[in-house]
Amino acid sequence: MTGTLVNTTVNGDAVQFACPTDESLMDALRDRVGLTGVKEGCGTGDCGACSITLDGELVCSCLVLGVEANGRNIGTVEGLADGDKLHPLQEQFINHAALQCGICTPGFLVAAKALLDKNKNPTEEEIRYALAGNLCRCTGYDKIVRAVQAASKDLRKKK
Amino acid sequence: MTHDQSFTNQKFKLVGSRVNRPDGVDKVTGRAKYGADASAAGQLVALFLRSPHAHAKIKKLDTSRAEKLAGVKAVITSADLPDHTNGAQLDVLENCMARDRVLYDGHAVAAVAAIDKETAKKALKLIKVSYEKLPHVTDVDEAMKPGAPLVREDIFTRGIDPKPTEPSNVCKVSTFGHGDIETGFDEADVIIEKSYKTEQTHQGYIEPHACLASVGPDGNGELWVTTQGHYTYRTVCAALLGMDMAKLKVTSSEIGGGFGGKTHVWIEPIALALSRKANRPVKAVMTRDEVFKASGPTCSTSMDIKIGAKKDGTITAGSAHIRYQDGAFRGQWGQLGAMTAFACYDLKNVQSVGYDVLVNRPKVAAYRAPSAPMAAFGVESTMDLVADAIGMDPIDLRIKNAAKEGTRASYGPTYGPIGIGPTLEAAKNHPHMRAKLKKNQGRGMACGFWFNFGGQTCTDINISADGTVNLTLGTVDVGGSRASMSLICAEELGIPYDQVKANVADTSSLGHNDTTEGSRGTFSSGMATIFAAREAIEEMKERAAQTWDIPVEEVEWVEGEARAIGQKNDNLPPLTLKDIAARAAATGGPIAGHNEVVADGAGVSFASHICDVEVDPETGGTRIIRYTVIQDAGKAINPDYVEGQFQGGAAQGIGWALNEEYIYGDDGRLQNAGFLDYRIPVCSDLPFIDTEILEIPNPNHPYGIRGVGETSIVPPLAAIGNAVSNAAGVRMTHVPMSPPRILQAIEEAEA
Amino acid sequence: MQVNLTGSLRSCANGAEVVEIDACTIRELVSKLLETFPEMEEQMELGIAVSIDGEIYRDSPSKKLPVGSEIFILPRLQGG
Repeated sequence: MTGTLVNTTVNGDAVQFACPTDESLMDALRDRVGLTGVKEGCGTGDCGACSITLDGELVCSCLVLGVEANGRNIGTVEGLADGDKLHPLQEQFINHAALQCGICTPGFLVAAKALLDKNKNPTEEEIRYALAGNLCRCTGYDKIVRAVQAASKDLRKKK
Repeated sequence: MTHDQSFTNQKFKLVGSRVNRPDGVDKVTGRAKYGADASAAGQLVALFLRSPHAHAKIKKLDTSRAEKLAGVKAVITSADLPDHTNGAQLDVLENCMARDRVLYDGHAVAAVAAIDKETAKKALKLIKVSYEKLPHVTDVDEAMKPGAPLVREDIFTRGIDPKPTEPSNVCKVSTFGHGDIETGFDEADVIIEKSYKTEQTHQGYIEPHACLASVGPDGNGELWVTTQGHYTYRTVCAALLGMDMAKLKVTSSEIGGGFGGKTHVWIEPIALALSRKANRPVKAVMTRDEVFKASGPTCSTSMDIKIGAKKDGTITAGSAHIRYQDGAFRGQWGQLGAMTAFACYDLKNVQSVGYDVLVNRPKVAAYRAPSAPMAAFGVESTMDLVADAIGMDPIDLRIKNAAKEGTRASYGPTYGPIGIGPTLEAAKNHPHMRAKLKKNQGRGMACGFWFNFGGQTCTDINISADGTVNLTLGTVDVGGSRASMSLICAEELGIPYDQVKANVADTSSLGHNDTTEGSRGTFSSGMATIFAAREAIEEMKERAAQTWDIPVEEVEWVEGEARAIGQKNDNLPPLTLKDIAARAAATGGPIAGHNEVVADGAGVSFASHICDVEVDPETGGTRIIRYTVIQDAGKAINPDYVEGQFQGGAAQGIGWALNEEYIYGDDGRLQNAGFLDYRIPVCSDLPFIDTEILEIPNPNHPYGIRGVGETSIVPPLAAIGNAVSNAAGVRMTHVPMSPPRILQAIEEAEA
Repeated sequence: MQVNLTGSLRSCANGAEVVEIDACTIRELVSKLLETFPEMEEQMELGIAVSIDGEIYRDSPSKKLPVGSEIFILPRLQGG
């Protein structure tokens, strides 16, 4: 492998990895950084299972090249909790049974957090459209939407 | 030890409560390990070369240049895969790797294992295959026509008399039913006859097939894999590769959805073969394109349904001729469709004939209540037409003819206590039924049936010295069953839920368990858990008797503790499970309970769905406005996850009804092998999905469990079909009811 | 006892829906059926289930067949 060195920040920590120039950031995060919470469902940006934030923007990491992460700030599901305290979204996903198989859960959590960071009190419709880039095949989205509504309430109470 | 499986109607303390799942934290933090998340030192990357043709002879296959490429450690073709099964599983092997011919677009012809993905990709390009294209057929009706291209030359239709002498694409004809339909139709005041089609869909699990295989020259192997049945994978992989079952340890990873699609092997035997040849661990992960083309979607179908009824709504006869394509490999899906078609109804005269048909498409696998949704679409659509013809409310027509205890099922046996009547009554009384509809909106309802089954199951309970309990299960947890099993275990032992830790064992650590399919997980592992816990309780009573030095007959187990019975034992304070566990070393060693059982007697399951849609007459687009699922669950162990099964099945059915379909070109190639063009429902497509759980206990399970996972996908195609037809004012007979099909139907009706 | 045949098994018994077989267990029933109708072998290999009084058994060959019970030979079910 001919690799290019990438210096990046992942969940607040300085991280360095080398990857071929045509490798996706998803593959780099999974295979080189070891963050397997970033899931591959399609590799074509259609399912959202590999959702991360790049400098605060929600992206499908399968549509970003690893080398593009140089000097950028990456957020993944592994960085959602604050030490041993789960993020309210994580708590409410568990409380509301918003996951069955759980493969889409990391992507949903990252996408939902990106929504709540921008919109503290989204309507049901806003939640549904904000999460429309993430596919879930188990739940019919019912309990996911309810979990996001509950987390949004928790976050507003906290402030 | 044999145990009484019959329903005990006990009062529950824990079962039925909404507890958090034990694997929840792992799954919301990214820690949970799925099929593609495991790695081994020195692992190779496997990639597959797949056929670009729907049907072709492989004239020449040259891998020599690929083998010579630096970094390539193994190349496998069918030449490396002799049949070790005396033909018994040759078709499974042939699906994993084409032999002298390719049978569908995407059929694997070779696989490589190399040090990294880049090298493996280069190696695939160096493999030279020359094909001789053969005529192909991908449509089920076309495949049945005389003179259709033959998918296989050695198939002679079974189930017809006399035996045919010419080969055909029809593998099998299966007839079910009773009475005399001719007489029945003669008695009818109204007869409705209609033909329907449904297109092929995929289970659409978000996690592609993935595994990490490792086999050494000593014949010992390990397979980490996403599967619904790791024991089944072990059985099949060992047979295909000529390995000893006990020397192949299969560990089921967390599974990212299966819905039937992960009941069969696809890439796994090849990953093992590559590893054996390279003597290195091999990781194989399917791309989404491969998942669509070369795993196991469900059938496309075509059917003719005929129902006759009297003016008072009594159905006098029903007949169904249903044609299911099984892909390029013999299946029994048409047969299963024929069994389920009329199972909701109490019919004097009924006949359903299922045809299993080969086409040049991937091997069909189970998809959640396999075969039932399509047959239900045909029958339930026709039921609405009958209701309309005699001027009866469609739900009243269904209630009048609903099967009940003592009804002879259309597939044969006589029903015990069943829930179709109650779900229909609940639907009729549901506020949803009385909600007002606006312009361009329509309401539909339909009911559905699924068998459920049990099967071989093996479970261990081990009590630790501190009184916490390991529950070791062999059924893969596809949607929260570790929580349900922990509830059941805690209920039996009389301890708190969080004192139990449930794990799914690998194949070397516990006896055989059938695949988690047929809605069997909670039914059968629940049964084995109850019996294993009861065995552990017997042991704990012995230990208490020893401690107290009294006969075990004077010990009873109540609320998680041993109590000495009788006045003379009044001075003996109870011993809790914790007390007994702490003294285990001094009273005879480890305390465990074990159970192996063939869990028979799974209760059949029924559901009724109500759906409101709005159809845009300009675009043909349909929106689901409201959706209600009513299903008999038997006892609901963890209602949150029962609701989740109801909602998930409904959502899959909605996608099937409105959007999802495999589109094949004239060249026999799949044109939409990705989530962009094969569109499954997204969050903004759906409303909240209301659920109502009915609990009609299954008499054949100590807790009354039936199994809930599959039935929820049976009614949606028909419920939505009826709703769309009511909204658009034209009968829809072709699923999916995509905008172009709806527009075409509206235009044809206007013309 | 009366044994009801379903699906493609009927064509192996000259189209009969019901056949008369005396057997005490599922195992005996299956072997006697095969003796009488050798053409059933292919179907049996694909898998069958036996319904006794409405309860379906897939892997219980030792299961007793009570006198007067309702017996159906069904295809072995598959699920998702």
